[in-house]
Amino acid sequence: MEENQLAVKCKNLIKIYGEGTGKIVALRGIDLEVKSGELMMLAGPSGCGKTTLISVIASILDQDSGECKVYGHELKDLNKDEKIAFRAKNIGFVFQAFNLFPTLTAAENVAIPLIIGGMDHTVATQKGADLLEQMGLGDRATSFPTDLSGGQQQRVAIARALIHNPRLIVCDEPTSALDGETGHKIMELMKSIAVDKTRTLIVVTHDSRIFQFADRIAKMEDGHILKVTSNYKEFE
Amino acid sequence: MFYIAFRMLVGDRGKFLGIILGLSFASLIMTQQPGLFVGIMTRAYSFITDLGQPDIWVMDPTVQYIDDIKPMPDTYLYRVASVEGVKWAVPLYKGTIQVRLHSGTFQTCNLIGLDDTTLVGAPAVMLEGRIADLRRAYGIIVNLEGVLDKLANPPTYPGGPKIPLRVGQEIELNNNRGIVVGIALTTRTFQSQPVIFTTYSNATLFTPPQMNLLSFVLVKAKPGQNLDVLCKRIKRLTGLVAYTKQQFKDLTVNYYLKYTAIPINYGVSVLLGFLVGAAIAGQTFYNFTLENLRYFGVLKAMGTSDRTLLYMIIFQALIVSFIGYGIGVGCTGIFVFLTRNTVVAFRFPWQLFVFSTVGITLISSFAALLSIRKVIKLEPAVVFRS
Repeated sequence: MEENQLAVKCKNLIKIYGEGTGKIVALRGIDLEVKSGELMMLAGPSGCGKTTLISVIASILDQDSGECKVYGHELKDLNKDEKIAFRAKNIGFVFQAFNLFPTLTAAENVAIPLIIGGMDHTVATQKGADLLEQMGLGDRATSFPTDLSGGQQQRVAIARALIHNPRLIVCDEPTSALDGETGHKIMELMKSIAVDKTRTLIVVTHDSRIFQFADRIAKMEDGHILKVTSNYKEFE
Repeated sequence: MFYIAFRMLVGDRGKFLGIILGLSFASLIMTQQPGLFVGIMTRAYSFITDLGQPDIWVMDPTVQYIDDIKPMPDTYLYRVASVEGVKWAVPLYKGTIQVRLHSGTFQTCNLIGLDDTTLVGAPAVMLEGRIADLRRAYGIIVNLEGVLDKLANPPTYPGGPKIPLRVGQEIELNNNRGIVVGIALTTRTFQSQPVIFTTYSNATLFTPPQMNLLSFVLVKAKPGQNLDVLCKRIKRLTGLVAYTKQQFKDLTVNYYLKYTAIPINYGVSVLLGFLVGAAIAGQTFYNFTLENLRYFGVLKAMGTSDRTLLYMIIFQALIVSFIGYGIGVGCTGIFVFLTRNTVVAFRFPWQLFVFSTVGITLISSFAALLSIRKVIKLEPAVVFRS
């Protein structure tokens, strides 16, 4: 694969938690390439290292050894401030538990990445409301998260991950807190809005109901990637 | 980001009010209790404050504070007056006297005997009568508190209000006749006893016979005199001690600080207020941060720097400090307003303002520091933990 087509390239990536007898090797030499514009899913049982892997890729966790390049930037070569700036510009996050700020409205929640980027909160909130409008949540822009359903909250979270137009979006179990039908709708939304030629999605999941939305699926177990396939039926 | 910090803070009203309550309580205690303490200490030397004219007070060397009277022979007045640099020197009698009330009971009062000629030391504010009337036979001036309360006439019917003492009325001072010729406004004394002013010669009549009556010699320095130098000169030449007004006030306050439990009692109150306020505010603010740790983690993951998070927490701490301090000082203000015409002593000098501001700042900083440490050490990867 051409280097400039790659969104993510991990080579012999190792991550160890703790030390001595309590040492846990979470990633045992991961090799992974994710193309730009691809929706890649990381699947596997709990504790296999999926979340650790996207944490390293999202530069919120440091690897112990190996390489991890995101859009050409070797993460271990970036200092702390450079990583913060890199994340603010290039990474969008979607969390399992949504992690919406309960004291902010939906539009204000969506606006957070823009505010972090230095935009005035009034302007940013208006942009957030506009994006929610595009996503069919215009009437809920001023609602607080507690007034929204699970599906609506996750759509707000997706809007928040998209609003600053990042090149990589990492999603951790985005459908596990949703029923099957809502989960499907969320994945359809992500596939239609979030993925394009310049943007890549990496989704951690063990929800087999959404495997069909993946361009490729990496099966992980015990800190290794066992195989990468584009045929989701292999996992059913 | 300050907008987000503000919304995070005020969004949870219960927690927000808890922090505000803690800081308000602390600032109330830290302003009201020391205010009372300063007020009481001010009353301890109110008599020195009220006597505006003299620069120097001369007295027996064993005097420890304003009410510790050690009478001196009258001839000492002339010794002091003859010291170089003294413009004038007048005698002052200060003591207590038993006044027999119209109800038949007795009331202890402060009796002030002023120089017959100059009446130096007379009250500055007369509500009724004239100071010069003190020179009339048996003339006395009574302060307002005495007139309205402790020296007032008995009620006309049981349980009725006391009838204030009037100008022209007679009272019995130690089996001697005294005629009220004026009513004056004075600062309340430490013991809140009525104050009766008369001339020095009348004072010698009213008080029981004793060898010496001169309590203090009040001195006015010649223009350009260094008061400290003059005090030392008086001490050297007369064998008495001489203090400037401020030195005598300090001597009096130091006596109360050293020999009474007043400062300890108030100090304990202030300390407890500080500690309880710090505990409530610190704990609530820390809990607030802990409960929002996940959201601070989200901000961190999304690209907010530690420095920005630090500013956010400081901003939150400043908001609660500002509001809490405002409410606390406001409550103290209400307390002062409600007690303005009562026996309650209260003073709020600028030093107290600085003290309470520093106290609240310390509490807020403590609360913020606890939280900052937690947030700065937070790994952004926490956001992926369910």
